[in-house]
Amino acid sequence: MDGGSHLPAAHGDHSHGDVRTYVVGFLLSVILTAGPFALIMSGVWPASLAVPAAMAFAAVQIIVHLVYFLHMNSASTRSWNMAALVFTVIIVAIVLAGSLWVMYHMNANMMPGYLRS
Amino acid sequence: MSVLTAGSQRDLVDAVSHDEHLDDGSKTTLGFWIYLMSDCILFAALFATFVVMRGQTAGGPSGRDLFDLPYVAVETGCLLVSSFTYGMAMIAAHRNRRAATLGWLALTMAMGLGFMGLELHEFAKLIADGSGPDRSGFLSAFFTLVGTHGLHVTSGMIWMGVMMAHLLRRGLTQANLTRLACLSLFWHFLDIVWIGVFTVVYLVGVA
Repeated sequence: MDGGSHLPAAHGDHSHGDVRTYVVGFLLSVILTAGPFALIMSGVWPASLAVPAAMAFAAVQIIVHLVYFLHMNSASTRSWNMAALVFTVIIVAIVLAGSLWVMYHMNANMMPGYLRS
Repeated sequence: MSVLTAGSQRDLVDAVSHDEHLDDGSKTTLGFWIYLMSDCILFAALFATFVVMRGQTAGGPSGRDLFDLPYVAVETGCLLVSSFTYGMAMIAAHRNRRAATLGWLALTMAMGLGFMGLELHEFAKLIADGSGPDRSGFLSAFFTLVGTHGLHVTSGMIWMGVMMAHLLRRGLTQANLTRLACLSLFWHFLDIVWIGVFTVVYLVGVA
């Protein structure tokens, strides 16, 4: 049990949050989850609108989780955690956008000789 | 310690704990965070594969035929509640309350078990109906992506069980707090990956 009592001073209160932070994050997540489920299940919007909306809900919920559950905030913007996260987001964007672009344009970008033969 | 090697191993563990005490575990959590970022890239590749294979149903069922959104909503709820209860466990740990920490961890574990039970039931039903990973490219990609996430959740629960044993034996030591902090990152990370799964696989699959 040693070492626990002096921890808040060592880690700082912002690094692990308080009950209120988690409750706010949880309630926001419930809303941001229920929203896209209701949108798709009710079918009130056509897929061309509902799909981008669901993606937008997901993007916002990921940010909510990062801020309220993983405690990414203005204090962590200069940390190595944030640097690693930003780098990863860039790599993930390249992997996703690059893979999808290549795969969905494969027929159009085939070598002409191959298509003629 | 009856065996010499076991004794020296114990010394090594103590030495490591002392080192962690000096740097308050922040290097360990940063290293673990970098591992999680590499895991992000693994999941990005699986997501890209899934989106490419989405339409390749080989005449078999598509997401619209297979997925049951209310069922997925319950799975999502289990994982979301478990993220919250793990947060409560971390707060209890930082307040040096071992019994409360163990209680919240047990609740988190129960939610994780509920999630895995639902997921395995879904997988078993799909395979029994002839919609296993061998049916089509779409289903191969589906089982790979969702199954990889499920394996991560299972590993997280095994780790959580180990942490509960650690807490029962040694209490909330500095080393155990660092381990709990790493597991916290892992568990919240898996919930973030699941946001991508329920959106890209299930919601877009049915829309």
